[in-house]
Amino acid sequence: MTTTTTRPEAPAAARPARAARPRPGVLFTGLAAVVLGVAAAAPWLLAPADPDAIDLAATLQPPSPTHWFGTDEIGRDLYTRVVHGAGQSLTIGVGAAAVALLLAVLLALAATLAPGPVATATDRVIDVLFAFPTLLLALLLVSVLGPAPQTLVVAVGVGVAPGYARMVRAQLLGARRSPYVEAATALGHRRTRIVARHVLPNALRPLVAVFALSVGQCVVWASSLSFLGLGVAPPASEWGALLEAGRAYVTVAGWLVVLPGLAIVALAVTATALGRALQSHLEPGE
Amino acid sequence: MTRISPDQSRWWRRWAGRAGSAVVVVWGAATVAFLAQLAQPGDRATAVLNLRTGQTQERSPDELAPINAEYGFDRSAPAQYLEYLTGLLRGDLGTSYQQHRPVWDVVSEQLPGTLALTGTTLMLAWVLMLAWVLLTAGRGRRIGGWGAAVDSVLASLPQYWLGVVLLLVFAFGLGWFPVVGGTGPVRIVLPALTLALPLAGFLAQSTRTEFERVLEQPFVLSARLRGSGDLAVRLRHVLRHAALAPLTLTGWALGATISGAVIVETVFARRGIGRTLVTAVESQDLPIVTGIVVLTAVAYVVINLVLDALYPLLDPRVTP
Repeated sequence: MTTTTTRPEAPAAARPARAARPRPGVLFTGLAAVVLGVAAAAPWLLAPADPDAIDLAATLQPPSPTHWFGTDEIGRDLYTRVVHGAGQSLTIGVGAAAVALLLAVLLALAATLAPGPVATATDRVIDVLFAFPTLLLALLLVSVLGPAPQTLVVAVGVGVAPGYARMVRAQLLGARRSPYVEAATALGHRRTRIVARHVLPNALRPLVAVFALSVGQCVVWASSLSFLGLGVAPPASEWGALLEAGRAYVTVAGWLVVLPGLAIVALAVTATALGRALQSHLEPGE
Repeated sequence: MTRISPDQSRWWRRWAGRAGSAVVVVWGAATVAFLAQLAQPGDRATAVLNLRTGQTQERSPDELAPINAEYGFDRSAPAQYLEYLTGLLRGDLGTSYQQHRPVWDVVSEQLPGTLALTGTTLMLAWVLMLAWVLLTAGRGRRIGGWGAAVDSVLASLPQYWLGVVLLLVFAFGLGWFPVVGGTGPVRIVLPALTLALPLAGFLAQSTRTEFERVLEQPFVLSARLRGSGDLAVRLRHVLRHAALAPLTLTGWALGATISGAVIVETVFARRGIGRTLVTAVESQDLPIVTGIVVLTAVAYVVINLVLDALYPLLDPRVTP
């Protein structure tokens, strides 16, 4: 943007000493990650009941010791359904994040390493796509392909990709201009070797952490689309579908929306915290 | 004889560059919009007829011919593209498949509601964000840590969830606001708050980092040595610099509030662009969807040009 004064380096003594015991935030994140992982991989361990069991004698029950999250309009236990929906929600989130990062890396590679005109054109494409709000881009895809769970993964992935493409592009450019690449060039190494050995590893390593961050983001966007009725349809216990099904009863049974929503918030916050922890582990200097 | 000074010519070149990239973004958005219409699977004329009549059936060539002629589906793709672009230059966003009306008419009816929502949201978000950052940034590790934690929790709240919770607490629980309907400014409070809280958290994250960095700058120390009080230093010197980062983000976030409007207008049953968009996506009425896409791109570039003009007023080190 402009010239700003450089930040004076903080004296070493002023930096807070790293605490020896794990902080409560880290412990909590780890615990949440384990619970979510178990819910996704082996839901019956946390909720042995059948998520589709109907009990017409106990419809729209508020949360209680027997039904921790209450019941829905045909008496299905919401806690069981939320636990059994974790796998599908997480799969959609991970799938969309994979689509997003793959697309982002391809675009960024084309924008930085391709021959001149291709690079310039891709550069512009990234800027144009970045002008689209995430949900708008996703909705555009849904309106072309029609609402369906597979569309959801692609639509959310494409929707969040432009932001990541810009980030990866910046990293690739940064790596290419770095002193170690200059040194490798001065040593007379071939361009392909420099790209493969120095530029790519250094520019793409942070993506491990970014992937965790984007899973959280993608789960939220995917559930937003389901909430609008454009994602996974209600009979499923995917979290967005639970929200959509609960929307009709929000005035009489608010927990049907609030509690699955809380599960999504928990997943998003956990993924973000994991991503941040990975980031500071991979890039200790920042 | 007047001469253009080097400063002036640099100014012109910079703004010509900005205008150029603005045009490229809008043109790119229009191209994406056109390709999306072309990519819709199945015969488009059949889709239009079925949408209008609410049926799903095969159509005879006699029925399809007038539709093909009306929308120009029978012509080559480049010819359609050219016509679409020249139409956009005249302000013609296309014709809705379902309502058989110009897209601009459909959208402009809904525009005031969404603009009011967006404006209120931005104001609320900035007020909340500034108050929170001024109170908690640079106040030691404990308060600062809590402040930052609240920022990131707020920023990660899904809007539909926050909307429902606010609705349940303030409308159903406490009865302070009407559930649906209501008149005047009251009915906009909950929807705007739903969008403003996550936005405030998002903006606060970058403002806080910048704010704490600026607090350590020499000019802050010199202001303190001249005898300025803590609040005065924070308001007059620190905030001015720290506000640059969230200002950039606001340009982006303003476009993103269309995402928010889609959700909030559904939760609170408000009329607006967002609701129109969801209905159009459900029925695959593509001209409405692409019309909103193009309008959003135009709004995005205009806002960013305005922000570019604002920076030098805030930070004298930025050249216009």
